[in-house]
Amino acid sequence: MPDLTANCAGIVSPNPFWLASAPPSNSGEQVMRAFDAGWGGAVWKTLGQPIQNVSSRFGGHHYRGTRAIGFNNIELITDRPLDTNLREIEEVKKRYPHNALIVSLMVESEEEWKEIIRRSIDAGADGLELNFGCPHGMCERGMGSAVGQEPKVNERITSWAASYSSVPVIVKLTPNVHDIRPHGLAAQRGGADAVSLINTIKSIVSVDIDSMIPAPIVGELGTNGGYCGPAVKPIALQMVASLASTPEFKLPISGIGGISNWRDAVEFMLLGSSSVQVCTEVMLRGYRVVEDMIEGLEFYMREKGFERLDDLIGGAAPAFSEWGDLDMNFESVARVDAETCIGCYDCVVACADGGHQCIEPGRGDRRVPVVDEEECVGCNLCEIVCPVPGCITMTEVDNGWAPATWNQHLASGVRLRPKKGSH
Amino acid sequence: MSTIPAERDETKFEDFKAPYTAHQARMEAERCLYCEDAPCVKACPTSIDVPQFIRKITSGNLWGSARTIFSANILGMSCSRVCPVETSCVAACVHNEQAVAPIQIGRLQRFVTDHAYESGWRYFEAGGSSGKSVALVGGGPASLAAAHELRRKGHACTIYEKRRMLGGLNTTGIAPYKLRADRATEEVEWVLGIGGVDIETSTALGEDVSLEELEMKHDAVFIGIGLGEDTFLSVTNEHLEGVHGAVEFIERIKLGRVDLDGVGRALVIGGGNTALDAVRELVGLGLDDVRLVYRGREEVKPGYAHEWEAAKMEGVRAHWQTQPIDYRGEGRVSGLRCVRTDEKKRAIDGSERTLDADLILLALGQETLGSLVASAEGIEIDGGCVRIDDNGATGRPGVFAGGDCTNGGKEVVNAAFEGKRAAEAIDRYLMGEK
Repeated sequence: MPDLTANCAGIVSPNPFWLASAPPSNSGEQVMRAFDAGWGGAVWKTLGQPIQNVSSRFGGHHYRGTRAIGFNNIELITDRPLDTNLREIEEVKKRYPHNALIVSLMVESEEEWKEIIRRSIDAGADGLELNFGCPHGMCERGMGSAVGQEPKVNERITSWAASYSSVPVIVKLTPNVHDIRPHGLAAQRGGADAVSLINTIKSIVSVDIDSMIPAPIVGELGTNGGYCGPAVKPIALQMVASLASTPEFKLPISGIGGISNWRDAVEFMLLGSSSVQVCTEVMLRGYRVVEDMIEGLEFYMREKGFERLDDLIGGAAPAFSEWGDLDMNFESVARVDAETCIGCYDCVVACADGGHQCIEPGRGDRRVPVVDEEECVGCNLCEIVCPVPGCITMTEVDNGWAPATWNQHLASGVRLRPKKGSH
Repeated sequence: MSTIPAERDETKFEDFKAPYTAHQARMEAERCLYCEDAPCVKACPTSIDVPQFIRKITSGNLWGSARTIFSANILGMSCSRVCPVETSCVAACVHNEQAVAPIQIGRLQRFVTDHAYESGWRYFEAGGSSGKSVALVGGGPASLAAAHELRRKGHACTIYEKRRMLGGLNTTGIAPYKLRADRATEEVEWVLGIGGVDIETSTALGEDVSLEELEMKHDAVFIGIGLGEDTFLSVTNEHLEGVHGAVEFIERIKLGRVDLDGVGRALVIGGGNTALDAVRELVGLGLDDVRLVYRGREEVKPGYAHEWEAAKMEGVRAHWQTQPIDYRGEGRVSGLRCVRTDEKKRAIDGSERTLDADLILLALGQETLGSLVASAEGIEIDGGCVRIDDNGATGRPGVFAGGDCTNGGKEVVNAAFEGKRAAEAIDRYLMGEK
């Protein structure tokens, strides 16, 4: 049986699945139910100065019959009294000593940071997460992403926290930057023990075309929110990989962003996350989703022969490279399995209009498309649109060319194979 | 345990509901709304966490999906095929509320459990020995489910079965287009794979062994003896060739051959699910003229509507409000003498007629077996069935019961639940808890 114990910057949890700081970790009653359901840890909904929320807080991005492939919120940090939160944190930690309990914080002055860090640790926090990420509401008050977007401010506040904290400090980064690396490095310079990413992406989830108001609608106005859910996973994966592959960046990463099942979690871990945080899927489906996450991860590890999480964390990192290091002479073409093809011709139209005009309707009785392999550039578009699993496969062609990258080509003139489909 | 003969009529049948491919299963699973406090779970006697097992199909976690199923119902493989889902979990699916096709829970469960069997996955281990032993009388679904649960808790088990093979009606009685006998015995072996279950076949209660002997030998007894012989009309010429009990005849289809040479028309008497299985099986074996004879109106027949719809699609006809009197024929049956009945199933004077038939199956029910234990002090019999409390306990200390012998004949899933429930009660009894 593989060991799922996670260790992120010294914060140990029975499995790598943590609730992200968000509505599902708003109260002790909720967090305890989550732990009962199997969650390994929880990052408490951000503590700070009391705020007040608006009515209408969330928006869903629905696509082709699927509810909320993306999700957006304009809710602020906790609106509950600080004393209540701290009392409940203490209670939860007492009752669940083996689960990781991390407290998310967001305040302004050094004095406030000092005070709230002390009280959080007194309550039993296993770690702190500095919320430098929220791109709505709090940033207008100089907090959240307003901090995360300024490396110097990030570094300074992180250094306060690091100096006042006796437990690991995680800096939660905002994705609302053009390059995540300076921000992760700023946290590292400030003395953080880990980073977590991504927080939500600044967004307008939709516009009501009748009332002409952006959603979520508050009275007669809308505002930008923070976007999350399955749709943001690719953005988050890139940012995790980008930091993890930065040689001078040495901190552990807690991965966040659209994780909905164990496969998503494995992807984040393969790119370097030592724990993962989940919010949206729990918002939509409840704490019970963790059962599949734990089992799926466990089965995956067993099948792969992994005994502990360290065996897989970062497993895909060596395969993440710059474009310039890709093998330009690698060649693949689309092959259609006539047996399983159902003749929808979605690949034909996709290739004709968005690809390289190399898939034709079949000429025989059966509707099976024909790929002109001389013209196929191996772009994957047909495989992406094909509704039948395994029907279109991108198959490597042995073209006799030795591997050669663009960087090698520029540096030493190594020869590249003739371009396809460029006439 | 004796094996299933290779040559048998049931192998002529195709599955009524074809197995899902992985892609079909995934597409169907994606439609599930993952309801909370789900009606489908409440509709299942074993309370399988249906939304959870279906969600795990969508993530590719079939290993966990099967674990969810088997944790609730160790007979999840056969139940996926034989459960009348159209009247239980599938009927409860909330998609029905907006006239959207309900999730095909049975087919998804079959997909998962088949995959688990093919992959050789096992989930449960026997508990550390408790030093206690339990006798399970009858080798059908109730006893199997009970024995599995008792083994998990570390109690030694011995199953006493009057036949030469285990599985009960799953092996001998399920319509072959739902579940074949070899799959039923495969399940038996899979369940018994937990180890530590001794099997005494060809051992009938009341003939080869008595309840008192079992009580002497074991610390507790579970009675899961099911039902007995087919009920007949009790008329003088019932011995005619071509007149059979339906359950007995179905067993011959499943485990051997039946001779339908020269049979032009077959009648099946009864309106329950055994009758509906029998007509469909006769059609499946190639008979063109198969008719149901039932004394009430179509609307009041006890068999499932979806089964009758399927039978009609396959060409079966019915004589409703028709009550059998006796048979016609010399040596071999040639017809059934009947009388018409009114709305209240009462015979109408002067409405006698004879329906020609070369084969008549009686599906009027089966004998109850409560009498086998009726003399034991403390055991109460109610309408032929062994009376039990909400935990499966009889009035006799240490004697528990479940399945058809207590409920009069319900589904496999009821037996699976009742067996497991009794096992939990037996464990409490043995370990001295209240």
